[in-house]
Amino acid sequence: MGRRQLSHHFDNMNYHWNWGIFLEQVQAGEETYLDWLITGFGWTVAVSLTAWTIALLLGSIIGTLRTVPSIKLTVLASCYVELFRNIPLLVQMFLWFFVVPELLPHNLSLWVKQDMPAKEFFTAVLCLGLFTSARVAEQVRAGVQSLPRGQQFAGLAIGLSLTQTYRYILLPMAFRIIIPPLTSEFMNIFKNSSVAFAIGVFELTFQARQMQEDSEQGIETYLAVTALYFICAFIANRTMAHIESRTRVPGFITNDK
Amino acid sequence: MIDIRNVSKWYGQFQVLTDCTTTISKGEVVVVCGPSGSGKSTLIKCVNGLEGFQHGDICVNGTSVADAKTNLPKLRSHVGMVFQHFELFPHMTVIDNLTIGQIKVIGRGRDEATERGLKLLERVGLKAQAKKFPGQLSGGQQQRVAIARALAMDPICMLFDEPTSALDPEMINEVLDVMVELATEGMTMIVVTHEMGFARKVAHRVVFMDQGCIVEDASKDDFFGTPRSERAQIFLSKILSH
Amino acid sequence: MSFFAQLDFTVLAPSLPFLWTGLLFTAKLTFIAMVGGILLGTLLALARLSPIYTLAIMATWYVNLMRSIPLLMVILWFFLVIPLITGQPMGAENSAIVTFTAFEAAYYSEIMRAGIQSVSRGQVWAGQALGMNYRQTMSYIVLPQAFRNMLPVLLTQTIILFQDTSLVYAIGAKDLLKAAEIAGKNYNRPVEMYIFVALIYFLICFALSRLVKHLNSRISIIR
Repeated sequence: MGRRQLSHHFDNMNYHWNWGIFLEQVQAGEETYLDWLITGFGWTVAVSLTAWTIALLLGSIIGTLRTVPSIKLTVLASCYVELFRNIPLLVQMFLWFFVVPELLPHNLSLWVKQDMPAKEFFTAVLCLGLFTSARVAEQVRAGVQSLPRGQQFAGLAIGLSLTQTYRYILLPMAFRIIIPPLTSEFMNIFKNSSVAFAIGVFELTFQARQMQEDSEQGIETYLAVTALYFICAFIANRTMAHIESRTRVPGFITNDK
Repeated sequence: MIDIRNVSKWYGQFQVLTDCTTTISKGEVVVVCGPSGSGKSTLIKCVNGLEGFQHGDICVNGTSVADAKTNLPKLRSHVGMVFQHFELFPHMTVIDNLTIGQIKVIGRGRDEATERGLKLLERVGLKAQAKKFPGQLSGGQQQRVAIARALAMDPICMLFDEPTSALDPEMINEVLDVMVELATEGMTMIVVTHEMGFARKVAHRVVFMDQGCIVEDASKDDFFGTPRSERAQIFLSKILSH
Repeated sequence: MSFFAQLDFTVLAPSLPFLWTGLLFTAKLTFIAMVGGILLGTLLALARLSPIYTLAIMATWYVNLMRSIPLLMVILWFFLVIPLITGQPMGAENSAIVTFTAFEAAYYSEIMRAGIQSVSRGQVWAGQALGMNYRQTMSYIVLPQAFRNMLPVLLTQTIILFQDTSLVYAIGAKDLLKAAEIAGKNYNRPVEMYIFVALIYFLICFALSRLVKHLNSRISIIR
């Protein structure tokens, strides 16, 4: 189609452009749509960062457990990873929100279902955190296993215990090696936080759907939300790049581009 | 038949070939030798246009390689090439390796291509391996198949890029024997190699390269008897002391 | 434990046909998106590796775009925009098929690109030395090897795709998860439904990933 035909077609699409929509008030309230989007951004960032913290801590532990000599621990850690990797994130979200409260002892169950503040937020954070921790665990495992076997022997040979060898020798290097895939996971967690809309967290995707319905300006809405997700990805990427440059070991070339 | 005229090539700022000029006549066997990094592999890949070059020209049987209008695939189908690492297609059987070029490029029928392929395999002594996959063959066997694959296209000349450098010593001779036979039958050949025994046996001329330049270009007897350049002398003394 | 005594899995029996329909759609969506995605992804990979600058840039932008946005947003985008462009309404199911094919193509293209680059240059030279042109070298020599090399990774990506299909929930398409939600509401037994469906997903994904591991070990033996 020629350019004139294309814009004519867009006009004929029965789509009414309105870039000022962000400053207009919502149908049933005092806020502007921009307020909605800012709220969404805030919740996305809050959920993602909190979940990432959990994912890093837990994932590092589980990942390390998969590399130790004890068979029981390895199997336990493997089951953990397999469980969280073979169920879709959205299904896990529903499980945490609808099923787990029923599993709790009676009083606790009632409290969670009725009185718990920010129930959706904590559920989403727990779900996303554990889901991502399984993936982080795999990265940590790969990182540790990529180190030369001699490193572990050298640590043990000078008298360090296995725990100390991991803490002072293996893990510091393993983490530097896996910074690129971890960056990927960090960016993924911002994307995956969108799934929390399904249980009522007011994050970006939730706001996107709400605003699209309310304002009938879907394209402007989605463009803005997409841009905000880009910003999240950009911040995540730059943060990890900063960490990488601060922790770089001179002379040790890791995953060089 | 092959006319290399003032060929120069740069990789960015780095010059790999400087003003290379030589001619290979029909039926001639020319050995190209020199220390590693001298550009001999690059030069031979320029002959059939696998590598481009910025300056000069190469004419193969009258067709210019550098000319933008030249149909390079067509030219390459008339020039056979054998690589250092054999480069057989691992996902095809030996016989399929021989027939794919014939069928897809020249357009021969499958039966004719298979018949020719089997004849060539017999010639290099590998007819029994026709249905096997390259991964099941030894290096020497793979290289002989590679030679047969190139011959299946009925080339007017053959280019060999260090054909025995990747082989274990005990397999070098089986490949060289095939090449000697080809040479005695009158095939035009350019062979990049360190195998001076082969050169002494069948080469007509020897071209010595160093740091991207053709330093010496002499008949076999002249080269081995009285090499003119100092670099060639040093090179020969290192090679021949084995 | 009182929890398990309260569970009533008898509601599963009558809902099975309904859940089965949902599972069929999930399977159909996965299959079409896999085949379409790999085909489109291979073309994208070739475009990215092409010496034609505009083609390479456009392909790179497309891949990076699809990989930067949450899948949920891509689903919402396609659901909104396709009817605007075609002028006709599009059902959630069809929108999902188009979306997932286009989205997964970006991921499959990265895999195929790695696969193509894993085939040694000598193979390309050998093909060219026989007189093959670009199309022939790619079709007969490079792509078959690239595909074989990356088969385990392609299958792993398909397992991920299978899980991602659950996100069509956002546009109301009737896949396995949506069927579970509807059945759960019908019988007022959401807990049993979600547990059952989680189990189905787990078993299918676990079995498939075991298959891929087995395939991996068999390929390495041949190497």
